Amino acid sequence: MKRENQVVVAFRKLLKNKLATFCFILVIIELILLIGAPLFTKFDPIEMNTIDRLRPGFWAASDPRYLPEHWLGTDELGRDIWARILYGGRISISVGFISTAVGITFGTIFGMLAGYYKKLDNIIMRIMDVFFTFPGTLLAMLIVAMLGIDVKNATIAISIWSIPSFARMIRGRVLQIKEEEYITAIRSLGATDFWILSKHVLKNALPTIIVIATMRMASSILSIATLSYLGLGVPQPTPEWGGMISSAKTYMYDAPYLIVIPGIAIVITVICFNILGDKLRDILDPSLKD
Amino acid sequence: MEKVLDIQNLHATFSIQKKDYEVLHDISFSVNRNETVCVVGESGCGKSVTTLCIMQLLPNNGKIKSGSIYLDGTDLTKLSKKEVRKFRGKKMGMIFQEPMTALNPLLTIGYQMRENIINHRGVAKKDADKMAIEYLEKVGIANPDKRLKQYPFQLSGGLRQRVLIAMVLSAQPSLLIADEPTTALDVTIQKQVLSLLNDLKKDMNAGILFITHDLGVVAEIADRVVVLYAGRKVEEGTTKQIFKNPQHPYTIGLMNAVPNVDLDEFVIQPIPGTFPNITEHIDGCRFNPRCPRAHECAKCFVSAPQMIEVEPGHFVSCHLHG
Repeated sequence: MKRENQVVVAFRKLLKNKLATFCFILVIIELILLIGAPLFTKFDPIEMNTIDRLRPGFWAASDPRYLPEHWLGTDELGRDIWARILYGGRISISVGFISTAVGITFGTIFGMLAGYYKKLDNIIMRIMDVFFTFPGTLLAMLIVAMLGIDVKNATIAISIWSIPSFARMIRGRVLQIKEEEYITAIRSLGATDFWILSKHVLKNALPTIIVIATMRMASSILSIATLSYLGLGVPQPTPEWGGMISSAKTYMYDAPYLIVIPGIAIVITVICFNILGDKLRDILDPSLKD
Repeated sequence: MEKVLDIQNLHATFSIQKKDYEVLHDISFSVNRNETVCVVGESGCGKSVTTLCIMQLLPNNGKIKSGSIYLDGTDLTKLSKKEVRKFRGKKMGMIFQEPMTALNPLLTIGYQMRENIINHRGVAKKDADKMAIEYLEKVGIANPDKRLKQYPFQLSGGLRQRVLIAMVLSAQPSLLIADEPTTALDVTIQKQVLSLLNDLKKDMNAGILFITHDLGVVAEIADRVVVLYAGRKVEEGTTKQIFKNPQHPYTIGLMNAVPNVDLDEFVIQPIPGTFPNITEHIDGCRFNPRCPRAHECAKCFVSAPQMIEVEPGHFVSCHLHG
């Protein structure tokens, strides 16, 4: 029999679902567009061009002000919106990815320790509860206010924000796994706690980790957009979806597309990750199997 | 004969809502090399707790109050957690009741066996694979090299129990603890696993401590029998002595509770009453509320009986033999 990785099997099942496949392809296309941004636009996202201010996009093709090279139009400073969406997405996705990765690393460590060692449980989970008492956005704002406005600090803020929920969910899973008989069996064979945690518990918790990481990716992207919108994320003029919406506020009635286009970008990305996470949970969570 | 396991005056307690209740009271028995000792009793009599005491895997609210457990001459109760861990698997191996859940479902049989062999025998990965195959063959698994690549869900219950036995044996322990290893298996597989254990006993040079409530299994596998009731040892003797000449009213009750198909009338005589809860306090002998002969002797309700040797190697704890 061929040895098949559980993740590979899950992935194959994912592709059997039409909606999930659609979202997956959309995410892949998006990633290609963002990573290869310079290949898909010739404009600089930061360079201003006051002559071409507020030109409409392809939906107003009959308008004499429409320029085909700016197919999504330009903003109040004459910057090409397509270019800003592409370059801005790079920041959104990478902040989302890095903060999820950091959050999951620490969340998994804390969650496993809390779930496995009863003595540490109270200490770790009460500290996590303290973090939970802050509304997420407020906590991130507080951290950014302390550290200074900057992409790096925004990433740190979002990472810290995601640790408690990771820790809580993974703790729950570990508590469950710990009671399984094979853990007792492995212990009776003389395994150390570290070995049990790293080889057996982690491997069994992996499906849960993958699911919550995918879901968290969506909310991290939303978080960086929120912070940027509030002026606490990526400083201007660096493009970022949330920041683009924020600076377009003043032109909301004259050029609503300035808000709508980055909004669509955020919504598509977030929904795709959410659907992927949801479908992955259906596949990986054995308790939901029919 | 060399004693592999020697339990002396073991007392263990469980704390329930901050109060300590005794689950094992003054348990002493030993297992010799190349010998199978069966521990028999109803559910809740302390059979499994005894094994957990030996493995030092009691749940958090369980505690060994006093007594000693000697394994190959080392007192396990005196060791630190770290030292006990080195004994687990290496010197004493345990087979569990539920073969369906005792293997990690996400790892192959080969991985789990290899992990254990490398850990305990200190051999290279390649040799570990060879040894794994050798042990799987020993427990009567066909196509062992194919099995190594399979996951637990691809194996039947009987096969999994064999894999677990192979896994435990691959570390060459001096003591094999089997906690109702055949309960979850159907009767034909049960028979195979028992005869496998009987065969293995001869060439693995270890003692087997076998926990069961099934007297049929006892008759098949045991050299000596220890009968527990409510955390106390009530009778101990060779299998022959226990079956031919049971002394304690509880042991006699157990024997009568087995249906005898040879008789024309197919009757089962259950022991009346129910098993006492560990939180319950009973004066005198713990068995007196259910004992058919308790009225014959006044002491039964006053003091706990002592162990008496009724014939060489046959001990009983009952006031009626005093």
